[in-house]
Amino acid sequence: MTAKLRTSWQGLRYRGGGTMIAWLLHRLGGLAMVVFVGMHVFASFLTQQFGSDVGTAMNIVYQSPYFQAPLYFLIIFHALNGLRIILLDTFPKLLEYQREVTWLQWIVFLPLYGLVVFFIIARIVSGE
Amino acid sequence: MRNRTVPQPAMSFEYIMWMFTRISGLALLFLGAVGLVMAFAMGGRTLLDLPTLARWTFFPNPNHVVNSNIPDVTQGWANAYWQIMQIVIAFFGISHGFNGLRVVIEDYIGNTIWQPMLRGLIFLIWLFFMIMAVFVILAS
Repeated sequence: MTAKLRTSWQGLRYRGGGTMIAWLLHRLGGLAMVVFVGMHVFASFLTQQFGSDVGTAMNIVYQSPYFQAPLYFLIIFHALNGLRIILLDTFPKLLEYQREVTWLQWIVFLPLYGLVVFFIIARIVSGE
Repeated sequence: MRNRTVPQPAMSFEYIMWMFTRISGLALLFLGAVGLVMAFAMGGRTLLDLPTLARWTFFPNPNHVVNSNIPDVTQGWANAYWQIMQIVIAFFGISHGFNGLRVVIEDYIGNTIWQPMLRGLIFLIWLFFMIMAVFVILAS
């Protein structure tokens, strides 16, 4: 038990840097998307078959800018990180430059996510 | 650096799913790009806001955009092309997601009796969502 506690503590203190954060975000975003897509399919089913208001209520939550902003972050990050993993798996020699590739990934990510944030803020400002 | 002998990947379940994760991920990016371009071609610039655009990108189904500004969503969207696109996207998306869930869970439980049980449970949930998605697509 103590050994288990100690390893958990070490796991929390483990400083993997940018690539560890990428791994963590990839995993969290993936799990969030499984729940999100699952609820979506379920809401579509309820709306179509029973004309239920549950689907519409869910849509209103999904459409809120405060829900959208973190969601787009996770989705775009998951997509770009997945591309990085595929790239490094296909060309293992690039693993030597893993840190640099992770920085490159953030450089690609920022303008893409910035565009989305721009649209979201524009929508809040216009008051829809 | 000395040379290592890397064993040839066998056609195991893990290897097939490893491959499937990559192929389905790339396929989702491609299908999403097709959906996005088509949504713009069909008036996305003026008729769709950002959430609705995202919906058309990944799941172009009339039931999915009931509260958007499009006057008649069934016009031009409910045809065989989009139904096939939706089924392919739903298959890749749901399978990719539940396989990822399986990988995460099996990372933490290790090789115990729970592993095959949870694997079976995830398979059943996957089947449930696949049937529901295909049902929604074909019935709309």
